[in-house]
Amino acid sequence: MIELDRLTKIFEGPQGEVPAVCEVSLRVPAGEICVFLGPSGCGKTTTLKMINRLIEPTSGSVFLNGEDTGKVNPITLRRSIGYVIQQIGLFPNKTVGENICVVPDLLGWDRRRARARAAELLEMVGLAPDSFMDRFPNELSGGQQQRVGVVRALAADPPVMLMDEPFGAIDPINRAGIQDEFLRMQERLKKTIILVSHDLDEAIKMADRIAIFRSGKLQQYATPSDLLAEPANEFVQDFLGSDRALKRLSVISVASAMLRDVVTVSPEDPVANLEARSKHPGREVAVCLDDAGRPIGMVKDLQLVPSEGPVKAHMQAAEPVVQAGDDLRTAVSSMLAQGTSLAICADEAGRFVGLLTWREVVAAVSGREASI
Amino acid sequence: MSRGLWERLSPRLLPIAVVLAIAIWLIESGLASDLLWFQEDIIYLGWQHLALVAWGGGLAILTAVPAGALLSRPALRRWSELLLQVFNLGSTIPTLAILALSMTFLGIGTLPAVFGLWAITLLPIVRNTYSGLRAVPSHLVEAARGMGMTSWQVFWKVELPNALFVIIGGIRTALAVCVGTAPLAFLIGAGGLGELIFTGIALNDIAMMLAGAIPTAVIAVLTDFVVGKIQYYAVPRGINPVRS
Repeated sequence: MIELDRLTKIFEGPQGEVPAVCEVSLRVPAGEICVFLGPSGCGKTTTLKMINRLIEPTSGSVFLNGEDTGKVNPITLRRSIGYVIQQIGLFPNKTVGENICVVPDLLGWDRRRARARAAELLEMVGLAPDSFMDRFPNELSGGQQQRVGVVRALAADPPVMLMDEPFGAIDPINRAGIQDEFLRMQERLKKTIILVSHDLDEAIKMADRIAIFRSGKLQQYATPSDLLAEPANEFVQDFLGSDRALKRLSVISVASAMLRDVVTVSPEDPVANLEARSKHPGREVAVCLDDAGRPIGMVKDLQLVPSEGPVKAHMQAAEPVVQAGDDLRTAVSSMLAQGTSLAICADEAGRFVGLLTWREVVAAVSGREASI
Repeated sequence: MSRGLWERLSPRLLPIAVVLAIAIWLIESGLASDLLWFQEDIIYLGWQHLALVAWGGGLAILTAVPAGALLSRPALRRWSELLLQVFNLGSTIPTLAILALSMTFLGIGTLPAVFGLWAITLLPIVRNTYSGLRAVPSHLVEAARGMGMTSWQVFWKVELPNALFVIIGGIRTALAVCVGTAPLAFLIGAGGLGELIFTGIALNDIAMMLAGAIPTAVIAVLTDFVVGKIQYYAVPRGINPVRS
């Protein structure tokens, strides 16, 4: 758990004092990722560096799990915090294995234990220890170097990690993959992480909470969803962009927006069942399920269906199908791609769980009943 | 002979061919037997020469590397350029003048010669140490500090290893200068192969001159070869431009 208490930094410049960070206070719960976001020069990196005392605060304190970092030896402090910078900073004179073992060696770990740990970490990021342990950084691709850089920060298993634009040096094509990999790793490791970024989309994707900075002052500290729904002031509003409602789509899950109360039938049922069970005016769709509960077809425009025969005679293909665990952005994208006004939601096993129409999407994003 | 084989062998064949050609010329012209007449002198003076180089060069390495390291420290940034200029000035003074000055203050013999050689050998090493350490990317130093290394540890584990190739390169150049300047030590009474060279000039005896000059050249080449090998093996593969 990280707590910043009125953290301030004022630099002595040739023209007088330069306030870089002003009275920043916030708290990051254990196991969460907090992203410091803001334009260039807003003080986010300075604030980050005050946590591991690479820059000494002018006033204010930092508490790590209740301990005041100002009272601890800075060298000891830094060895207990994982630190990743944008340029990665892998030491070119050391092999990958030696790079990963840097902090364990500083802490006096046993050689064998350190090497075993390095092998374990390399496995975790998909780099076979046998071929990568003794390679030098200049023999790795950019993405591989970045992974080793992250893993190096995890070597001594620190509870806290500080990352300064760690994905900035990777090309955009690989960046999404590496971000996903990092999030999966965080699922398992549950480290308390502060990540500095200037990329709003990255922040929305990675953060449990976002802290927006401007000219050294904290503007807003909220979850991505709350931030996008209710920006605290005009600066934040402008920073989030005029398409922030669209950005909200990516932080809302299909499961939280979909309509669960839907008429379901099996294909052999007579059409008469449909009439008896039609419930929602304006959303006259019935979904046909097989014996396992998977959607195999749907019947739209229930009033126009003739009143005789089995349901399967009037059935259409059940498309598109989206996962309940996906975000609305993916679902809306499928709907637009197929040119439909609804999507069928299934769980991981493929069973039907709900229906998504434009009405549900608008209601979820705007928080209000839509008048469609 | 296939192209690949020629490309691999020719760097080694060429120097051997040149040396063979010189040897054959020496033997044919009768100079070889004249040179061998000086055998004992060559061995005695050769050792003296090596001792001068070892002392002068060795002391230079031991003082110049720490000096260059100190100059590269951030605390001394304002003074470093100025102090380097002082060193540069030292290199513009002609070698003979330096030896003459050291003779004036230290008398004749080995001591002023070693002092003079030390002074001459200093500059390339200081300059290379300074620029090699300054050229270490600052984000490596930042990463090292952020991980919890003390300043000493940053220097020994990160900065020095990454500057090592350039530093040894400076030592290589400096020692070549040292070996080449050492013959002048004869002029202030320190002996060395310069005795054969200068006496040979005075007596217009080509064999004597060559008896001094050729071993000096051989020592220079060998020194460069040995330091080159040290440079190859001491610098890790990851930062060694000549090692793949």
